[in-house]
Amino acid sequence: MLNYIWFGMMFAGVVVGIFTGNIDAVTEAAIDMAKVAVNLAIGLIGIMALWLGIMKIAEESGLIRLIAKGLRPITIRLFPDVPEDHPAIGSIVLNMSANILGLGNAATPLGLKAMEELQEINPDKDTATNAMCTFLAINTSSVQLILPASVVALMGATSSQIFITTIFATGMSTIAAITAVKFLEKRKRFIIHSGGNP
Amino acid sequence: MIESFVQSVNQVSRYIIPLLLVGIPFYGLIFKKVKVYETFVVGAKDGFTIAIRIIPYLVAILVAIGMFRASGALDLLLNFLSPVLTFIGFPPENLPLALMRPLSGSGSLGLLTDLINQHGPDSLIAKIGATMFGSTETTFYVLAVYFGSVGIRKTRHALVAGLFADAVGVFSAVYICRFFFG
Repeated sequence: MLNYIWFGMMFAGVVVGIFTGNIDAVTEAAIDMAKVAVNLAIGLIGIMALWLGIMKIAEESGLIRLIAKGLRPITIRLFPDVPEDHPAIGSIVLNMSANILGLGNAATPLGLKAMEELQEINPDKDTATNAMCTFLAINTSSVQLILPASVVALMGATSSQIFITTIFATGMSTIAAITAVKFLEKRKRFIIHSGGNP
Repeated sequence: MIESFVQSVNQVSRYIIPLLLVGIPFYGLIFKKVKVYETFVVGAKDGFTIAIRIIPYLVAILVAIGMFRASGALDLLLNFLSPVLTFIGFPPENLPLALMRPLSGSGSLGLLTDLINQHGPDSLIAKIGATMFGSTETTFYVLAVYFGSVGIRKTRHALVAGLFADAVGVFSAVYICRFFFG
């Protein structure tokens, strides 16, 4: 899927670029974005280090396991393949809490920590597990209680009006994400065949 | 009532990060006798390796998105789709934002800014746009970073599910705002 979309975007970019005379802009965008990607990744190092350090303390002191235990009734339904006291559950819960509270800077490092822990129990290191896909889909559906700071800045006094509509819309997209992964993970196209490569 | 609730939630969120930064080491040091400084450094070391590991994935995704955007292919898609969308009650003004949102965070914020400046924060179009922005995510970026950090190349159904969730978020934003404000 990603193979076709990735190629499709570049292919459409070049074809349309030739057609509209924007081909120079396409070239420039390709080179610029390659640099942007590296800058973004480098820019993450500091924040990642900060949160991963704090997380390590939370882990060593048993806080993560405590949180994971408390939310087990919910997480066991969303991630039935993950052992119930596995540290991944703690990181997933913390990542979602950070997302709900609009703490984007904290959410990414916590999410990456969760991915690393999910990878530990993945038998096929190349291929995403059901739990990973569920976690990703919930993340991309943006569970959020607090409006992004940028939206508040732009909308000013009107922000409080769109508070409710955003909660509704984001709730709908999260329900859609969970329904979609639970449905798709069993389809022939996406299912993992035990023991062999799909 | 909603206004004061929004304000208090925003107030609380200001304190969360500093409280976590001091609360977690406090719990570890005082109650569990964890060597907090040494432990912090061990954990922080991973920040570097993870950030470096996601670079190839980010380059792949962002270059493709950049080429697609710069070519004008998005505008073409817009012209093609807008008659259909108008028919189902989707304001064509909000379409660029809806299409840009999964691709680029800064790009979609730019479009939202433009929308609010042009139509004013009180307009239905601005409210739909802001709701859309708040209820969806930059799916391609999240996918590249999260899967890239652990070297997953076969992403199975994650992209389809993520894009489906974005679509539901976008349409929900339109119809919920029409219901409340339209």
